[in-house]
Amino acid sequence: MANCLIAAVEAIGAAIASNKEVLTSLDAAIGDADHGINMARGFQAVSGKLSTLAQTADAATVLKTVGMTLITTVGGASGPLYGTAFLRAAAAGQGKNTLSPSDVGNMLAAAIAGIKERGKAVRGEKTMLDALEPAYEAFKSAEQQGRSLVECLAAARESALDGVMFTKSIIATKGRASYLGERSLGHQDPGATSAYLIIAALEEFCRSQEQREE
Amino acid sequence: MKKIINSPEQVVEEMLQGAVLAHPGYLRRVEGFQVLVRANTPVEGKVALVSGGGSGHEPSHGGYVGKGMLDGAVAGAVFTSPTPDQVYEAIKVVDGGQGVLLVIKNYTGDIMNFEMAAELAEADGIKVDRVVVNDDVAVENSTWTTGRRGIAGTVFIHKIAGAKAETGAELAEVKRVAEKVVTNVRSMGMAISPCTVPAAGKPSFTLDETEVEIGMGIHGEPGTHRESLRPADETVEHLLNKITADLPFGSGDEVAVMVNGLGATPLMELYIANRKVAEMLAEKNITVAKTYVGNFMTSLEMAGFSITLLKLDEELKQLLLAPADTPALVQV
Repeated sequence: MANCLIAAVEAIGAAIASNKEVLTSLDAAIGDADHGINMARGFQAVSGKLSTLAQTADAATVLKTVGMTLITTVGGASGPLYGTAFLRAAAAGQGKNTLSPSDVGNMLAAAIAGIKERGKAVRGEKTMLDALEPAYEAFKSAEQQGRSLVECLAAARESALDGVMFTKSIIATKGRASYLGERSLGHQDPGATSAYLIIAALEEFCRSQEQREE
Repeated sequence: MKKIINSPEQVVEEMLQGAVLAHPGYLRRVEGFQVLVRANTPVEGKVALVSGGGSGHEPSHGGYVGKGMLDGAVAGAVFTSPTPDQVYEAIKVVDGGQGVLLVIKNYTGDIMNFEMAAELAEADGIKVDRVVVNDDVAVENSTWTTGRRGIAGTVFIHKIAGAKAETGAELAEVKRVAEKVVTNVRSMGMAISPCTVPAAGKPSFTLDETEVEIGMGIHGEPGTHRESLRPADETVEHLLNKITADLPFGSGDEVAVMVNGLGATPLMELYIANRKVAEMLAEKNITVAKTYVGNFMTSLEMAGFSITLLKLDEELKQLLLAPADTPALVQV
C-alpha cells in the first residue's frame, strides 16, 4: 500500500515540477508569481520525507506525512490549503490498506471540505475549488455507476479541466487575485490549475498501474 | 537576472545570517528557524509582538525587532508567507508570560499560516491574539473580496503597539491600540519599474519606458491601472487624494506621514514626493506630527513609492513619539 501511494505522490510531484514555470507565470498575471516555485519546493520536500517512511506504512501515515510536509515547506496560501487537504484525506483513509473508488471519493470529499474550511471559500470565487468540486462530482457520479478507479479519475480530470477553463470567465473574490477585481477576468486561476494537475497525475499514475497489472 | 546573491535557494538564510552579524546587540537567530528575536528575549512581564511575512520587504520585518517595537520576526521565502511551524516557534520563544500579539498583513496565505500557528500555541497554553493590517486604499474594500492588502502602514502598528507593550499593558490593551492604528491608517503606492523574485529569475511584470502602475502592491502584484508617467507632484496628488478621501482625513486632523521607498527609489525622489505631500496637507489644514521618509516596507528592487497617513489622537501620538531602538528605526 505504502509503495503504491508513495509512487502516486511522487507522480504528483513530478507533474508539479514539470509545470513549475506554467504555474508561476499564471500566478504572475494575477497574483504574486510564486505558486509554481512554492509547490515545487513543497513536493520536493515531500519526496525526501516519503523516502524515509517504512514500506509498511498505511495510507493515512503516507498522506499525513504529505500534509505536514506541505504545511511546513510551501508557505503562502497553497501550503495550508493543500496541507489541510492531505491531512483530511489521511483521516478519511485511516486504517485502510486498499483503496476502493468509493474510499478515494470519500478522501477527495474530506480534502475539499478541509480546503473550504481553512480558506473560507466556496465554488465560483476563482480558486482551486472551481476545479476540485466539479472533479469530485464527476468522480462520484462515475463511482456510483460502478466505474473503475481509473475511469472515475478520468471523469474527474475532465471536469477539473472544465473548471480551470471556467476560472477564466469569472472575477476572483478570494485570494490575492481578488485585489484585481475585473482585471482578473480572462486569466486562468493558478490554484485551480495545480489542482487539475494533481488529479491528472493521479489518473495517469493509476492508468499505468492498471496496465502493469494486465 | 542580475543580483548580488550566491544562489536563489539561499537568499533568505544568508540574509538572516548577515543581519544577525550586523546587529548582534539587537538580534538573535532562533536556531533552525527563519526567526529573528530580540537578543534579550523573552522580556518577562511584557506582551510580546510577533510579525513577519514573506522576505523581500526589508527592513521589514526583522529590522524592527528591538525595544519599543517587535519581539520576533518570521521570515518566509521571498514574497511568501512563513509556514505555521516557523510562526509557532517565534511565539514560543518570545512569550514572556503575558501573551503574544501577532501583527498580520491581510493576505490569504499570511492569515491562514499565522492562524494555524496561533492554534498550535494556544494548545500549549500561550495567550495569543492577532491584528490584521489592511491599509492599502488602492484595493476597494467589500465584503465579498479578501479585503484590502496590508502594506507600509504595518510599520506604524509595529511602532505604536510596540510602544504600548513596553508600558507593561496587557494583551487586550496592546491589541486595542494596534486596532486603533489599523482603523486610522491608510496607504497607497505606485511603481515605475518591476522587481524580480530570485527563484523566478525574471521580472514578475513589465512596464514600458514611460508606463507606471498605480496602486501597486508590495509583491509586484498589479494595482488598479497603468498610465503614463507624470511629474512627481501630480502622482503624489493622485495618491494622496485617494488616501485622504478614504478615511477621510480632514481639516484640523493631526497625522503621521510615511513616504516609503519600494527598494530602488533614490531618497532624492522620496524627498521630492514628501515636499508635495507636506504642501498638500498644509493646504488641507492637516497638521503633521511626524514624518518618516525612507525604505520601510520594500519590494525587492522595485522602483516606486507609497504614501501612508495615520490619523493621530493624543494616545496614538504619544506612543508614536515614544522611544524605539531597533536596527531599522531608532527614536530617542
